[in-house]
Amino acid sequence: MTDEVSTRPTEGAKTPVGRRMFLGLVALGAAGVAFGAEAQKLIGNKLGSGFASLLPGGNHFRIYTITGSYPNIPTSKYSLSVSGMVDRPMTLSYDDLRALPALEMVKGFQCVTGWRVDGVSWKGVPLAHLLEMAGPQSGTVAVSFDSYDHADSESLLLAQAHLPDVMVAYEMYGKPLSREHGGPVRLVVPQMYGYKSLKWLSAIRVVNDVDVGFWEQNGYPQNGWLDGSTGPTNPDPSLS
Amino acid sequence: MTLTFAEPGLRLLRFDGVQRVVHWLNAALFGVLIFTGIPLYFGSFFGVLFPRHEIQEIHLWSGLFLPLPILVSLLGPWGRRMRRDMHRFAYWSRAEVRWLFTLGREQTNLDKFNPGQKANALFFGAVIIIMWATGYILQWFRFFPVSWREGATLTHDFFAFAIFVVVVGHIAMALTHFESMSSMLKGSVSREWAQRHAREWADESESAH
Repeated sequence: MTDEVSTRPTEGAKTPVGRRMFLGLVALGAAGVAFGAEAQKLIGNKLGSGFASLLPGGNHFRIYTITGSYPNIPTSKYSLSVSGMVDRPMTLSYDDLRALPALEMVKGFQCVTGWRVDGVSWKGVPLAHLLEMAGPQSGTVAVSFDSYDHADSESLLLAQAHLPDVMVAYEMYGKPLSREHGGPVRLVVPQMYGYKSLKWLSAIRVVNDVDVGFWEQNGYPQNGWLDGSTGPTNPDPSLS
Repeated sequence: MTLTFAEPGLRLLRFDGVQRVVHWLNAALFGVLIFTGIPLYFGSFFGVLFPRHEIQEIHLWSGLFLPLPILVSLLGPWGRRMRRDMHRFAYWSRAEVRWLFTLGREQTNLDKFNPGQKANALFFGAVIIIMWATGYILQWFRFFPVSWREGATLTHDFFAFAIFVVVVGHIAMALTHFESMSSMLKGSVSREWAQRHAREWADESESAH
């Protein structure tokens, strides 16, 4: 630090301009972490989510798989079993599912790791309708879900599974659900973090005890409510 | 332009071995991070053509290692030149600031690094910290509130775009400024080059001899 120090600023005198630039840039990064979410919402509201999706990081799905590949299930081979402690176990084909009364909804999709996509349109069958068809027996408390990837599993309390917006979805943005998004059929639980919305849904089982799913075994909460939304919650602290 | 290959005594050391190793380690790490980052970001376009999990691991580990070369080189007794150059990056004269904003049209006697090179170094120093910290939040998100995770995703992606642009610019400048680049490969520059492009440093080095 022996640079010429002058009491009077002259052309040649050096000031820590570079240090300020460096710290300014780091501060910009910190501000991005602290206020980025709000800024994105503001931009989305002002200019529409279409514009927000053009921004880096904005409104953009990240595709995660546990196994490293996507199961490939042609719709002709697809089947969904609804079984466990139910009065009328059943196996539905893709066409059976599409023939049931459909629900359409537009919901945000929030990943627990931080990304969020607003305004995703889904079409499918309300899970509550499938449960009603199968008829859960008394004494049952939860519903378990299996995936065609043979790795992921999830579960919801029966009361959570009956929320009106919990859906077995086969269309996204008006098109058949693509493989990477969990097609041909996936679970969508809009009020919870994305990991609860199991992809490549193969089986629905009504049970009398909560199965601990794949992500829950890896430390995610059993009740994956988004910030600000609440609902029937499993009181077992070991599951939260 | 004629290249004059001066005698060894007439060359000035611009980057010592430590600095060159750090530079090329950084270059390799940034390269790996960019090439693994692209399919991770644009994953849905690439479909199943790549092993996502492995790419994710490579990205994570090279990211974690990213700050190490600079830290190790700065902190040891071998880092005298690194530290001195760090000081050059930090302190600017007003003439240098003007040089930066006029993109070099306003001439001045330049230091060892021109203001563009200084800005480049500061940029990479800052983004290493930013990308490391936001990457950490994305990987070990459980310890951070969800609004931070969202902000970290946004910031990580935003600076990734910025890094890509600056890296392309950096490589373009290197390829069109032969002797600057060659000093990052071989360490030294000719005295003529130093007097033309880094007058202040050339004079300083002469008087030190």
